[in-house]
Amino acid sequence: MRKSWWKILAVVLLIYTFTAGFLIHIPHIGNLKETARNLFFHVPMWFGQITLLSISLVYSILYLRTPDLKYDIFAVCFAKTGILMGILGLVTGSIWATYTWGSPWSNDPKQIGVAIALLIYFAYLVLRNAVPDIDKRAKVSAVYNIFAYFIYIPLIMILPRMVESLHPGGKGVEGNPGLNGADLDANMQLVFLPAVIGWTLLGAWISTLNIRLELIRDKNLLNAE
Amino acid sequence: MKTIFALLKKDLLLELRQQHSFYGILLYVASTIFVLYLSLSNPEPDVWNALFWVIQLFVCVNAVAKSFLQESRGRMLYFYSISGAREFIIAKLIYNIILMLLMSMMSLGLFFLLLKNPLDKPLVFLGIVCLGSISLSLVFTLLAAIAAKAQQNAALMAILGFPLIVPQLLLVIRLSKAAFGEQFRTGAVLNLTGLIVGLDIMVLILSIILFPFLWKD
Repeated sequence: MRKSWWKILAVVLLIYTFTAGFLIHIPHIGNLKETARNLFFHVPMWFGQITLLSISLVYSILYLRTPDLKYDIFAVCFAKTGILMGILGLVTGSIWATYTWGSPWSNDPKQIGVAIALLIYFAYLVLRNAVPDIDKRAKVSAVYNIFAYFIYIPLIMILPRMVESLHPGGKGVEGNPGLNGADLDANMQLVFLPAVIGWTLLGAWISTLNIRLELIRDKNLLNAE
Repeated sequence: MKTIFALLKKDLLLELRQQHSFYGILLYVASTIFVLYLSLSNPEPDVWNALFWVIQLFVCVNAVAKSFLQESRGRMLYFYSISGAREFIIAKLIYNIILMLLMSMMSLGLFFLLLKNPLDKPLVFLGIVCLGSISLSLVFTLLAAIAAKAQQNAALMAILGFPLIVPQLLLVIRLSKAAFGEQFRTGAVLNLTGLIVGLDIMVLILSIILFPFLWKD
């Protein structure tokens, strides 16, 4: 019970997100109309993704410092959930774009940015499959993961600031990778923050489940010494 | 410092003696550009720019891939005994930069020869080409090391590298438009150049930090 408080928190926050997110009064701006409620689902995916990928990065660094296969499993499971959240973020974004921008894909710099990000992390998984030796796989993929993360962050932080975009916060140099938090309606902020925390916790929960599964699968390897 | 120089000299000497690899890449560049010449003899400036950089990308994958793949296991062990990992990667980085600069200059010459010259400021473009080829070779050197460690061929390197090179490639293509006579906001050119140089420095530092982990078995 003491260890699972954050799982309960995740469930409570998500229930809150799903009920309040659909029920509260939101301001109608332009052609957004009711689709603005997607904010509680689309945006938290990206917060979750960045958080999970950062955790994955930390475990990759830890692995390079002390080569323990557990760290490798942690790193890959967090990265996988990060990829999952990235895909969900892309899909929810496309659905949103269908109703506001007119089409699911409009070659917007932000859509391109996240598509590249997904390719980078798919390449991480391909690399892992390409190396049969477990220790070597762990080491090589840890190095790639660190390298990829430090390219990925400039990609989503710099590129969107350079070009015009349909996405909120996309006005040249004053732009912002996502949206400017101060622009958010006070009512929506009440749901937005819990939604971000809830989805991120859910992502971490999925990762830990996956990690437990992997640890059991590789039990013999891990306890070999 | 002396080790770096010695390793660099060894790579360059090897290149001069076994010229087949150098000429191999050169032929690759020449035939690709010749195919382009046959398929479109007078491309628009934008197309010219994009084609040039895509060709550079492929040339870089081919040129840099062999820098690690050519080293046999035994020879790597030998290098390990005589030099540190840092010296080794720095020597490789410098060697790849020299090789890539040479290749870019050749392909630029061939582009001028076969696909005309749509540039307003050729000298500016020359500078951008140098910057771009340095960026390309820096990123692909570490990826070549990863691919070599995974005992894979250049195909894996392409899979790993293409998404990672996109930020720099987009920045360089954007910057190249300055040489085609496009007017930029004041300071934007400097901004872009600064960004590319910043990314290069970051990749350089990451390579130097991360390579020692790849090296030891």
